[in-house]
Amino acid sequence: MTERSPHRDDDTQSADNPSATATVAEAEPRSTEPVTGLHEHSRPLSTYLFQRTRVRLISLLALPMTWLVGIYIVSLVLLLVTAFWVVNPFTSRVTPGFTLDNFVSIFTVPAYLSTSLRTLGMALAVTALSILFAVPLGIYMAKLASPMMRNLLAVAITLPLWAGYLVKILAMRLVFTENGFINWALGPLGVESPGFNVWIAIVTLTYLWFPYMALPVFTAIRQIPNSLFDASADMGARSFGTIFRVVIPLIVPAIIAGSVFTFSLSLGDYLAARFTGGATQMIGSIIASNINLNPPVAAAFSMVPIAFVVMYLMVARRTGSLERM
Amino acid sequence: MLQMSKSAKLGLLGLVLFVLIFMYTPLFVVIANSFNSARLSAWPIEQLTLDWWIFAATYEPIRMALLNSFIVASIAMVFAAILGTLVAFALSRYDFFGKSTVNLLVVLPIALPGVVTGVAFSNTYSNFLSPIGIDVGYFGLIVSHATFCIVMVFNNVFARLKRMNPSMQEASMDLGAGLWETFRLVTFPQFRSSFIAGALLAFALSFDEVYVTIFTAPPGVDTLPLWILKEMARPNQASVVNVVATVVILLSLIPVYISQRLAREDDAR
Repeated sequence: MTERSPHRDDDTQSADNPSATATVAEAEPRSTEPVTGLHEHSRPLSTYLFQRTRVRLISLLALPMTWLVGIYIVSLVLLLVTAFWVVNPFTSRVTPGFTLDNFVSIFTVPAYLSTSLRTLGMALAVTALSILFAVPLGIYMAKLASPMMRNLLAVAITLPLWAGYLVKILAMRLVFTENGFINWALGPLGVESPGFNVWIAIVTLTYLWFPYMALPVFTAIRQIPNSLFDASADMGARSFGTIFRVVIPLIVPAIIAGSVFTFSLSLGDYLAARFTGGATQMIGSIIASNINLNPPVAAAFSMVPIAFVVMYLMVARRTGSLERM
Repeated sequence: MLQMSKSAKLGLLGLVLFVLIFMYTPLFVVIANSFNSARLSAWPIEQLTLDWWIFAATYEPIRMALLNSFIVASIAMVFAAILGTLVAFALSRYDFFGKSTVNLLVVLPIALPGVVTGVAFSNTYSNFLSPIGIDVGYFGLIVSHATFCIVMVFNNVFARLKRMNPSMQEASMDLGAGLWETFRLVTFPQFRSSFIAGALLAFALSFDEVYVTIFTAPPGVDTLPLWILKEMARPNQASVVNVVATVVILLSLIPVYISQRLAREDDAR
């Protein structure tokens, strides 16, 4: 059927029945009116929108942008504004004003400064540990395991992703506590749980965010064509040479995409530290303890992780990794 | 294929096993402890009991928390599904100035730490809206949840739209269907599975969110994670928290199962 039947417009049901449509088309004399003219009568809005890309784009973006800019970005800006405000010492109410003291305290109060640096170090350590385990795991899953094993492992590393944030922290507590699993399982071998400290907090954070690194890395390794391995072998590279010179350069964008999560999620965490870190304080602890007593200080401190993450995202965007998130 | 010596392969296999043990032992310990008759969780378990399960099933605060989590996650999911799909269409079909900024804007609420998102909303609600007489209450909690859920729907739908053939829609419109009709009969069925998967992930994400909830939940409102948190903070924590944790672990099987099924459907397509 080369021309459009005018009846198709009001009778869409006939589209399900080709023979009926064909009969109608044959019986009908050819329309002399341009088809588009007819559409304008019957579907004024559709025709209007079809011809105006800009209007369509704006109507698509209006609602989400109102939400994201009007609610979220405005909230972030208001947070920045609050960071310059002061707390009235008598009424303990937040009052508009302008002071840089809240920001200055980040860099001058030794406890604050060391907490910021410790949090940054912990986030980087978690990211490094995740990469260290995710790459070999991804290589095994994607290129060495049998197809059935591969699917099984893919499910196995996805499942803990949804097992619940607090559930996993609770689980780590039960593993590392004094009468916990580690002391029972490894105690006879002379290994003792170190108790809750900064290292266990790092282990817990790695446990929490590892799947965010493992999944994109696995997907990226899977997409590497096997012929590249053959080519690499033909050119004399051994397996580790191939991994370092072929596999890793190709999966860098995936590693960066995964690290945005491991880094940012660790940076904002404080509950893992609170329950498994002993006395370990993180930036989040300072924000949380100040949010009611001194909101401007909490607001100023929120800018620290924002600054770290924005810097990280800038680097990630340059590598084109954001599209993979 | 990647050539590897036998010992290297064994080494890798050992590492895989280590990761799996590291990931699953703690979860297993929690599940087992939900049957621990002792008041305080400990290992090994001396005596098994179903008491905590029976207690949890009828305990009002747990029910209320579960209900709240369900309400918040459902409504946040609906908002996120609509907003995420709209952005996905805009970014997959059009080239425009500021496209990458819009992309960044969608990713930002999840890329920034939850504590920042939570504090930002809480600050707006209590230091700006409250003084002028606007009390957002429960709705504020839902709005903040929806904001970081948008990206889940966006990612899934965007990926599918990118792979879809636009000529189907052109054909539909050539045949006289309007925009809405084309969307309903031609476009939507093509991305339905990824839309559902995205919405489901948004629900699961909201259901599990702690930080944003801590700062934006109105007084007296507990979601399931908030209830667990309060329980964990108590010094003589009862084993009942392990029951709730076990339920959460079991519930997590649902999104994994459904996303696996949807992925298989896609492969079969």
